[in-house]
Amino acid sequence: MSEKVLMKGNEALAEAAIRAGCRHFFGYPITPQTELAAYMAKRMPKIGGVYLQAESEVAAINMVYGASAAGVRVMTSSSSPGISLKAEGISYLIGADLPALIVNVQRGAPGLGGIQPSQADYWMATRANGHGDGHVLVFAPSTVQEMCDYASLAFALGDKYRMPAMILADGLLGQMMEPVELPEAITPEDLPLKPWAACGHKNRREHNTVNSLFLVAQELEDSVIEREQRYAKIKAEEQRAELVLTDDADIIVVAFGAAARIARSAIKLVREQGIKAGLVRPITLWPYPKDSIANLLPQAKAFLTVELSCGQMVEDVRLTVNGKVPVNFFGHTGGIVPTPAEVAEAIRMTDKGEQFSLLPYKSKLIATEGGPK
Amino acid sequence: MQNYNIMLAGFGGQGILFAGKVIAYSGLIDGRELSWLPSYGPEMRGGTANCSVCLADEPIGSPLVLAPDILIAMNLPSYERFIGDVVSGGTVIVDRTMVDVCPTRHDIQFSALPATQLAEDNGLKGLANIILVGRLLRMTGFSTLESLNIAVEKSVPASKPQMVEFNKQALTLGYEFLDPKECEL
Amino acid sequence: MSEVLFKRSSLLTDKITNYCPGCTHGIVQRMVAETIEELQLGGDTIGVCPVGCSVCAYDFYSCDMVQAAHGRAPAVATGIKRSVPESIVFTYQGDGDLASIGMAETIHAATRGENITVIFINNAIYGMTGGQMAPTSLPGQVTQTSPYGRDVKTAGYPIRVCELLATLDGVALAERVTVDSPKNVRAAKRAIKKAFQYQLEGLGFTIIELVCTCPTNWGMTASKSFEWLRENMLPYYPLGVYKDAKAVAAEQASAASDAKAVAAEQASAASDAKAVAAEQDATAEVADIATNAASAKAVA
Repeated sequence: MSEKVLMKGNEALAEAAIRAGCRHFFGYPITPQTELAAYMAKRMPKIGGVYLQAESEVAAINMVYGASAAGVRVMTSSSSPGISLKAEGISYLIGADLPALIVNVQRGAPGLGGIQPSQADYWMATRANGHGDGHVLVFAPSTVQEMCDYASLAFALGDKYRMPAMILADGLLGQMMEPVELPEAITPEDLPLKPWAACGHKNRREHNTVNSLFLVAQELEDSVIEREQRYAKIKAEEQRAELVLTDDADIIVVAFGAAARIARSAIKLVREQGIKAGLVRPITLWPYPKDSIANLLPQAKAFLTVELSCGQMVEDVRLTVNGKVPVNFFGHTGGIVPTPAEVAEAIRMTDKGEQFSLLPYKSKLIATEGGPK
Repeated sequence: MQNYNIMLAGFGGQGILFAGKVIAYSGLIDGRELSWLPSYGPEMRGGTANCSVCLADEPIGSPLVLAPDILIAMNLPSYERFIGDVVSGGTVIVDRTMVDVCPTRHDIQFSALPATQLAEDNGLKGLANIILVGRLLRMTGFSTLESLNIAVEKSVPASKPQMVEFNKQALTLGYEFLDPKECEL
Repeated sequence: MSEVLFKRSSLLTDKITNYCPGCTHGIVQRMVAETIEELQLGGDTIGVCPVGCSVCAYDFYSCDMVQAAHGRAPAVATGIKRSVPESIVFTYQGDGDLASIGMAETIHAATRGENITVIFINNAIYGMTGGQMAPTSLPGQVTQTSPYGRDVKTAGYPIRVCELLATLDGVALAERVTVDSPKNVRAAKRAIKKAFQYQLEGLGFTIIELVCTCPTNWGMTASKSFEWLRENMLPYYPLGVYKDAKAVAAEQASAASDAKAVAAEQASAASDAKAVAAEQDATAEVADIATNAASAKAVA
């Protein structure tokens, strides 16, 4: 047990990545992930690692691709608009079965958007990190400790399944400080060897090729479906979620990351008023923790999803609930973090049997698709 | 122990974030749950800076302090922006050198001490922020002087070891400060 | 006893290339393979082939190979080199890849002095996608996407890559060669070998631009396309060494020692001059005294 220290989420993640044996970081400046890159720039040269500020996000992710192809533990970090630029490289990482850690400290969007916290990249993270069939493992920390813990988990599972992994954080988690207990450090020498890596064959083995091109359609289909089988195994074995006060709950709030923190406070407020609310906090967003939600279906009167977006994860909840009980939505977007009082009110409305999808618009709540209000 | 939702606000460069960090570290030393969240914006210098610090006994939900029970304001715009948000019964401390106001609210504890002037007079230039933290400790007992002294040691960057002692002096100065002119209600 | 005069490089696999008849890719790939073999670097080399006709090169080389996204080869090569610094890393890129979609990656890898070797095939056209205008297509050149000839008023001018990169301090070698004749092929081979040697010595970014043909998309026979290359491309893209940091350093060193010699001579000349001046002064003084004496005499 090491002593707890006070660290920003971005810095804790960076230190945890180093302690997980990562010695290669390629990035490009963007708010609100700056502290992560700055931490790497300071530390990497002192431990024989590589920090390289690339000419663009596109170049950075392709440097990650090259380093991963050469077999090292490598990462990059950015924020929403930068992740859009990395989409090409992420698709190539997926296609070439290369592990790498990609950190998205989300900010308000679309376009240049803003720099305040957001969760509006859920769809991009879980559905479309670039073109083609394919996924990345997606982890959603909700504390600084988890920013730290999921770094090594993401590296380990990325290596295990030979695929990229993403930490989907947000500006709130990146910027805030909390006490954190840093993990024990391992060195790159402690990591398992990667016999598939293109690092020079030294005339001791057949040459390796890292590639995502298959000009024969049958070969491409076989390769993609082989990966789908891996995904099926991951969906069965790697779902992760935290359950808070769900034992007796009939109103199930579903929220991840920063939104889950607000939801936790709101649940405390409504429980004082006798409403039996509980929280499912997805930790893996891909694979989505469907089982945790499905297990609560028999006892649930209704679900309420809370997000810092116009409602993205709510679709995964609805897919799992499959119309059996109402699935409501409440959110803020553009960088505004909901208050516990607002979320508590949404829980009370759900408890009263109301069905809704609500967003605040110019100081009024307005209904979006998905339910009358 | 009592839970605290603290808002510190002022100009960039007044050490708002550092003062918040010292308070947060005292929570860590006292074995409490805590969070520290800065406002962050495009301005690097001279803009407004504010910082939310929560101290509690159970895990902290929202780290964003919207209804502070403690406000430390180091300039007038910050005072005006946040004074209305402070909960009834809350504590407000202002740097009188920078904020020349008497409180308009009577449901709060108010203290105005000339922290910037005091810092200047005592060879502690730039440590008005920590003088205010010392004063906060005296008014609320949110931690102990002992914990705060350790918090200072943890918070001062290793590259500026000489600042540890100055910060401790500032803490004590704020803690022991009594001013007959102080506009206290 | 028979003597082996020529054999297939061991750096090439048995795979038959998919290049069109008359295409110069095969010549260049073979030269790269031979160079790596001659330098005995096969076990340490990692090649990067991005999108374009070059992409299938991962099938043709027997060193480790990484396929890259369009234009990104220098970034991918950077990632590899920074991870395995003792390795030899080369990219094999076409003109659309290197000078259009990948220009940022090219320039920044060059200016960082990234210790990699770029083999750049400039044939003034996009080959794999079927003959579109490239950043190096010549003014007036007819392509699928410049059907009335490249109009520089709307499509701009071709980019001279070696000249552009030669301005960057990180570049150790930038040389333009061609493969239209045995003599030029031999010169090209020497340039490629020099580039790999410079990489071995850790001198920085090296690029060999090969002015090549694309008979299929140019719509010509192989021999006609070489004529076209000589008549049209070489005047726009003159062959030569545009940057050779090692040669410049050697020159400077010799210039510096020359300068030292000159300085020494000058110094000695200066001291001679001083001596002369002193003599002259002395003479003048004597003359003055004489004059004064004469004047005094006259007054007296």
